[in-house]
Amino acid sequence: MTNMVNKAQGFGLSLITKMASSDVLDQLKLRKFIEKSLYQGSKAGYKTLSKTQKAFKANKDLHKQRLNNQEKSLFDLNYSEDQQMTIDTMSQFAGDVLYPLAASADQNETFPTELWQYIEELGLNFYALPEALGGVAAEKNILSNVLIAEHLAKGDFSLAAGMLSTFSVINAVTQWGSEQVQALYLNSFAQGSSIRASFAIQEATPAFNPYQLKTKAISRAGQYFIQGEKTLVLLAENADIFLVSAELNGQAEVFILRRDESIQFKKSPAMGLKATETATLIFNQTLALRLGDEDFNYTAFLDFGNLMWCAMAVGTCEAVKKYCIEYANERTAFGEPISHRQSVAFMIADMTIEIDAMRMLILNAASLAESGQTFHREAYLARLLCAEKAMKIGTDGVQILGGHGFTKEHPVERWYRDLRATAIVHSGLHA
Amino acid sequence: MNLQNPKKFKLLIDQAHQVAINVLRPISRKYDKAEHSYPKELDMLASLVDGMNEGGEGMNAGAAVGKRGTNEQGNKNGVNLSTALSVIEMCYGDTALLLSMPRQGLGNSAIAAVANQEQLERFKNTWAAMAITEPNCGSDSAAIRTTATKDGDNYILNGEKIFVTSGERADAIVVWATLDKKLGRSAIKSFVIPKGTAGMTVERLEHKLGIKASDTAVIRLIDCQVPANNLLGNAEIDIAKGFAGVMETFDNTRPLVAAMAIGCAKASLERIKEIFSDYLDPQYITPYLQTTHIASQIYRMEAEWEAARLLTLKAAWMADNKKPNSKEASISKAKAGRICNEITLKCVELASTVGYNEDELLEKWARDSKILDIFEGTQQIQQLIIARRELGKSSSELK
Repeated sequence: MTNMVNKAQGFGLSLITKMASSDVLDQLKLRKFIEKSLYQGSKAGYKTLSKTQKAFKANKDLHKQRLNNQEKSLFDLNYSEDQQMTIDTMSQFAGDVLYPLAASADQNETFPTELWQYIEELGLNFYALPEALGGVAAEKNILSNVLIAEHLAKGDFSLAAGMLSTFSVINAVTQWGSEQVQALYLNSFAQGSSIRASFAIQEATPAFNPYQLKTKAISRAGQYFIQGEKTLVLLAENADIFLVSAELNGQAEVFILRRDESIQFKKSPAMGLKATETATLIFNQTLALRLGDEDFNYTAFLDFGNLMWCAMAVGTCEAVKKYCIEYANERTAFGEPISHRQSVAFMIADMTIEIDAMRMLILNAASLAESGQTFHREAYLARLLCAEKAMKIGTDGVQILGGHGFTKEHPVERWYRDLRATAIVHSGLHA
Repeated sequence: MNLQNPKKFKLLIDQAHQVAINVLRPISRKYDKAEHSYPKELDMLASLVDGMNEGGEGMNAGAAVGKRGTNEQGNKNGVNLSTALSVIEMCYGDTALLLSMPRQGLGNSAIAAVANQEQLERFKNTWAAMAITEPNCGSDSAAIRTTATKDGDNYILNGEKIFVTSGERADAIVVWATLDKKLGRSAIKSFVIPKGTAGMTVERLEHKLGIKASDTAVIRLIDCQVPANNLLGNAEIDIAKGFAGVMETFDNTRPLVAAMAIGCAKASLERIKEIFSDYLDPQYITPYLQTTHIASQIYRMEAEWEAARLLTLKAAWMADNKKPNSKEASISKAKAGRICNEITLKCVELASTVGYNEDELLEKWARDSKILDIFEGTQQIQQLIIARRELGKSSSELK
């Protein structure tokens, strides 16, 4: 545990030092335009993904890794020193780096290239890797993971999602991976931090039910092949590895596969999440491994993802509230700030109440999960509440700014579009 | 971090739950019908509650925060949390009967919050009601007109108080009065007036929408004389501290009223889940978009209820740990008050005539719940408090 604190502090402090050093900040300030990558319009048809060039080396000596459960007794809402540091680091990063990049990333529908470097510097992937593989995770840290999500999302919802994609896949492989999968993939993540990964879970079905999948897994000669279409895949074009849900013998299962020529790719921009370059993928007899074995729990796999989205919704709602408070105090009407009107002030009060309400449900579920207890009911209720309240806050955020909120001059319309995703996505990230 | 109920309060919660099921529920309808008659069954129960309170450090089963927390270091689960947890269970039984519990009045909480050591000892076994509201002053408690005038070693009180819960049954009433109307809120002090004191009379008892088992009195004070040492806390008019002293009570009592709302809503929610058990998935596997409308309504209420419950425990836990909790106390009260009213009314709607008829208690809970979004600060007052904090506004700016 001390080891973990030290390592985590190392990453945190290195970031803080980096942020404070003037040349980095100056660099950020001076960079007026984000490097625009070629925008490929949605009208373009499918293209074939190339085979990933990343090296995957299995470590045959690696035994199955599982993180230990935490012990809990008293009711306790204090953050540990570790958690507080995570919060501080992520909040600072969200404010200094993510927020300034967010508007143009959304406009260009492009994930800013410099964020890949930041993911490494923040040591995000090492948060997720077990100690045996050189990471810092000594026990289950579900709470820390959702706190990372919440506080990154104060900077931007989409960028936080993009940053947490590979991190989430590592979490899922650590939590569920069979010995074979871990030997190959965990080891590869530990060796080469440039490997990128994403989830392919959603399907283009109205009222999508993640237990009823059109995508099928076919078992042939001891191997699995994936056949079907997935949508809303984050950073799909960049990913070397995908976790894909598919039906096997009438049941939903999760598989892990590498990018290769059997996968068709199409950009499919949505209402929000634009900076994550959402795409549709068609798998055509793509070779895959089953992610887990006897201790795999598909429902928990989904819940771990939903908690991350819920936590991000809370972070973004905090951003909405903060922005609205500043605006309502500055904007005058009828000779005084509009914040002096109860109709405006009560919307702010309700944001405060519901943000804390959402947070309580998420923390409860995450805390149960990391102590090894069943947490499905809590995660289910958290998702239900967040789906409603986050969108209410998103729409009130635009309402408080009135016509100004409807324009791209302010970030509230972006948050409005992004927060709509909370109720839509199932999995896609993993705590 | 851990948001589960602590194991050390498990016995207390179980006991309160048993009391709710076996003592309160069987007489719930009886005293809803027999408004103003004294629930004599509570005398025995009150002794039982006193006994439960003796159950060790941090234990409290009644509605009043009758003990003060200690100053020990580290994370603490104390009297505020245990009281909130047992109040939830008791109100799951019956909110009105909890409010009628001897020695568990809000006045007792006020005494616990602001009394000095000598007063704590003197009023130890006193059942104290609380009198704040006046005919022309509700949420605006700074506008209190009841006066207290120093006369030698006594104070002489004059005025009229309404909405005094247990005003006729309690041993004493804690009356809020001003020492000097010109000095505003900082001059408001609270006085313990024993029952039978000359000059204090119960004018009448209100007929109400709900919580009928709890009596609600109108009290008139005409030249009512009490010893000066019945003024709770400090007699000085501290302009700097202002109203804060008196308002501190609310930081402890609002989470308890929130707990009442959680308990009342729990009763309706549990009953509606029994009624519609065929519609519900005990494993919560079906995504809510795929469930029936009735099931999705119930899950939604359950999510709201869980959130409000945890916000309530948070506010109480903060009080136990000496963390400033005014905002969180208001958040818990606002959230629990609104969802309790919404849930109890929705459950009547879902059960339709079964919910509306007096054969079930659903309609009673839907009537009882309304007061929980009103007393100890209405929904709108809590929103004002929260908004002022968030926006950095004074009460003269954000009115």
